[in-house]
Amino acid sequence: MSTPLLEVDDLSVRFTRQGQEPFTAVDKVTFNVAPGEVVGLVGESGCGKSVTSLAIMRLLARRGNQVTGSVRFAGTELLTLPDAAMRDKRGAELAMIFQDPLSSLNPVVPIGVQVSEVITRHRGENRAVAARQAAEMLDKVGIPDPTRRLKEYPHQLSGGMRQRALIAMALACEPRLLIADEPTTALDVTIQAQILALLTDLVEQSGTALIMITHDLGVVAGLCDGVNVLYGGRIVERAKRHPLFAEPRHPYTGGLLGSIPRLDGDRDARLFPIRGSVADNIPWDHACAFAPRCHQEGEKCRTVAPDLLPDEEARTDGGLRLLRCHYPLTAADRQRIEEGRA
Amino acid sequence: MTEVVDASGIAPGEVLVDARGVKVHFPIKSGLLIDRTVGHVYAVDGMDLTIRRGETYGLVGESGCGKSTFGRALLQLEELTEGSVTLGGVDLATLKGEDLRRQRRHMQMVFQDPLGSLDPRQTVEQLLLEGMQAHGLASDKKGARDRLVELLDAVGLPASALSKYPHEFSGGQRQRVGIARALSVDPELIVADEPVSALDVSVQAQVINLLQDLQEEFGLTYLVIAHDLAVVRHISDRIGVMYLGALVEEAEADDLYAMPLHPYTRALLSAIPVPDPVVEDTRERILLSGDLPSPANPPSGCRFHTRCPWAQQTRCSTERPALRQVTIEGLPGSHRVACHFAEGIASGEIQRHAVEAVLTEPTEAPEPAPHAVPGTTLLPED
Amino acid sequence: MTDSPRRPMPGTPSHKKARLDALASTAAPSGSSGGSAGGGVATAVSDAGRVASGEGVSLWMSAWRRLRRDWVFLFGAAIVVLFIVLAVVAPLIAPHDPATRVLIDQVNRQTNPVPGPQPGHPLGADYQGRDVLSRLMVGARQTLLVGVLATLGGLLGGMTLGTLAGAFGGWVDSVVMRVVDVLLSIPSLLMAFSIAAMFRSPSQWTVILAIAIVQVPVFARLLRGSMLAQRHSDHVLAARALGVRKGPIVFRHMLPNAMGPVIVQATLVLATAIIDAAALSFLGLGNPDDRSPEWGQMLGNAQPYFDSHPHLAVYPALCIIVVALGFTLVGESLRESLDPKSRR
Repeated sequence: MSTPLLEVDDLSVRFTRQGQEPFTAVDKVTFNVAPGEVVGLVGESGCGKSVTSLAIMRLLARRGNQVTGSVRFAGTELLTLPDAAMRDKRGAELAMIFQDPLSSLNPVVPIGVQVSEVITRHRGENRAVAARQAAEMLDKVGIPDPTRRLKEYPHQLSGGMRQRALIAMALACEPRLLIADEPTTALDVTIQAQILALLTDLVEQSGTALIMITHDLGVVAGLCDGVNVLYGGRIVERAKRHPLFAEPRHPYTGGLLGSIPRLDGDRDARLFPIRGSVADNIPWDHACAFAPRCHQEGEKCRTVAPDLLPDEEARTDGGLRLLRCHYPLTAADRQRIEEGRA
Repeated sequence: MTEVVDASGIAPGEVLVDARGVKVHFPIKSGLLIDRTVGHVYAVDGMDLTIRRGETYGLVGESGCGKSTFGRALLQLEELTEGSVTLGGVDLATLKGEDLRRQRRHMQMVFQDPLGSLDPRQTVEQLLLEGMQAHGLASDKKGARDRLVELLDAVGLPASALSKYPHEFSGGQRQRVGIARALSVDPELIVADEPVSALDVSVQAQVINLLQDLQEEFGLTYLVIAHDLAVVRHISDRIGVMYLGALVEEAEADDLYAMPLHPYTRALLSAIPVPDPVVEDTRERILLSGDLPSPANPPSGCRFHTRCPWAQQTRCSTERPALRQVTIEGLPGSHRVACHFAEGIASGEIQRHAVEAVLTEPTEAPEPAPHAVPGTTLLPED
Repeated sequence: MTDSPRRPMPGTPSHKKARLDALASTAAPSGSSGGSAGGGVATAVSDAGRVASGEGVSLWMSAWRRLRRDWVFLFGAAIVVLFIVLAVVAPLIAPHDPATRVLIDQVNRQTNPVPGPQPGHPLGADYQGRDVLSRLMVGARQTLLVGVLATLGGLLGGMTLGTLAGAFGGWVDSVVMRVVDVLLSIPSLLMAFSIAAMFRSPSQWTVILAIAIVQVPVFARLLRGSMLAQRHSDHVLAARALGVRKGPIVFRHMLPNAMGPVIVQATLVLATAIIDAAALSFLGLGNPDDRSPEWGQMLGNAQPYFDSHPHLAVYPALCIIVVALGFTLVGESLRESLDPKSRR
């Protein structure tokens, strides 16, 4: 594998808000993104996936958030970069799109101005050139009649078109890394399919690396090269997508897969959910946070915090496979669950 | 249930819900001093639907298609513009006031947002007791208390939950409370409007399993309304696919997946991601162009023709197709579709073509909260 | 250990449920001696997750818990409590009777209209030789009475109108709200003057009534707005779907949930009511009988002497400012703690 574009090393985010217990939202998260690679961060609400992305983009408020560790982008440490230098990088080299396209766009500024602003800001183009490039960009993301759309305001576009406009803004300066935080969660499935297809195309054409943050394993299955599964602020499992879905090793990953009704699955198969909710987590200090919800729980789970270690007992497909579990799922376990469900 | 006998000749034993020609149109008002109706949002525009006793009917569609409005109209929580709804032979649309209120015992609703649908200032006990009191089911105090504990047990919550307030639960637990509340009056029909879409994936499965168990235990009939076809397919016996206010296809759950006939159903099925990379890598995708047209200004003819990759020059844009049985080899009679060219598309005679995307300005389709506030307009407010 | 011991009835969901539940509870992973780890394993959560034991904490309760740690609230509340205590016990601890002209012999209209501070009278006396300190202390009672009663009156009237409008909607709402709009279009102080002036003989009750009426439309509009929001909320729809009668829906679900902003407004109105009462008294529309003192009235009576003896006006004004500040601080911190967005 080539040298990584983004190296996230022991990234931790601790919320220290007034009048509240300090809370570690992201706990020593480490992962790399190679140029052009699509990396997934998957997990449920509260697993720290969004906070991770905001920390990488340095979009967390200084006050009340303690960010430690290191984030190197093309060799430059981002966490210690002066604010002005970081602003230059944001939008030009790293860009981000969010779940809610309406609140991410300025409601009183026309789409065209918002897109061309990015171009004038980072490319120093004059306004006419920027406007032309903005129109090209809108066309590229599949917004029909782009020159007319430039003058329209966000509320005049549908949800799908807004997300396209946002993608146009994010990709206007051809960034080397795009972070997409639940980009399709607020959209309908047919629109989601359009947006995912668009993202895949653009990323492939331009060689942009993509960090896809989502709760939807279905989205990950079709899109990501490597997948990181997060739970309680830590990465619990990492693998390439094929081996991950074929042989989930962490009980949480397995539980997620058992919880999703599959469109092509056996309709009579009963779902095998994870019990409880995130509220039942215990601290990672001397235990596995997932233990209270885990079907595989054993004696070490509440006394020893598991480490993220290379996992060689399962299919790796030549990629790095990591696992944070004392008692991972075996083929026999998976078989047992399948039989129970059928 | 009641002595009212339905005259339309439906076998009363098998059919629990019969909705005929249901239309719900919301007026779009405008004007400074006096509100004038300047148009209508055709949220539900001609729905026929029957639900058999004990079955789960899944109603699927994207936001703005009118599925939630239909669910509410079925429960008479939304006034019908036209049409009739009978429940167990009782014509609900003609009932008013106290008569309607008494009928509510037999039909209940489970909401999408488990926090918003529970009064934050009431304990679980008060919330569960309320419906029972309203229908005179809680006259005996001791008996009522036992019933509450039973209800909570049925949804997997401990008795200690009774004295708690909604904000003290997790999302999944709240939804369990919402389900227990619906069960508290011992209904026959439960309309579940997006019952799991606000929940985390792992919790969704708990609630789906719970709904299935309860159906078996209490002999319930469900109308499950959702946008997620995978979820709907998993729990439903029959599925209706809705597009812009009306059904476009209806079939047994397995049939729908095995042989989708309507172009929209096909696109919908192909758009849903499957959590399996092997399947994802090889699947054929039918990408629809453009967005859902505004329900305030629906296209003429077949409502889907503006986005349909199989649309034809004739009929599609002029004649609105009715839901009909088609004669295709191996297709059961229960499978109905509203497409003029379903046979030709199924046989491959009619091929897909490219579609020019038509932009629609959002009319803020009144899907989640269509209550028209007097003095306000339904035009975009954001 | 993997399969349920029950007699299999293949295919039925209940059987599958039993089998899966058994699977879920036999947590022993291959290679480990499951269940022997002591307390840890035994506390695995149930399917629905853990529910903390003990009584629930209501929204009011949790708001109170937050308030208890809020110094702004504590500071405001301290002022308010002090004020109330003073109002109650003032006649007992006041050094002099506020109506007795103890220093009348020092008053000389030409040379010394207002006796200054002296031993036994730290703040001096007013133009009638009455002890100012005593009058300020006893005046707290009248001021509190005016503030509380005027606010309560406005609250009751506003709640009635707001509930009517919010609960019925439609034409009732339109009629009530147009009336409210008309009332709101008149400057509040002007309206209070007009109402107070309508009575033949001004008294403390006319002041209270005038201020109460002025506050009615404010409360009505506020409550109506939040009632309408409640009317369209899911939990009200849920109650309707449940077949709950209209009355309980309005009084059990809509009103309690709509009250938050109104209660906050009430604490703020308490402060303005005191100030408005002072303004009315200042303009001579207050209680003409100055034997039972009231701060606003004292302020008004100090007017002719403002050039030479400003302290007569400054003391009651300071009292009003401090008390108004107290109520405002309480109101603002209440607003914050009742706001659902700031919860957690």
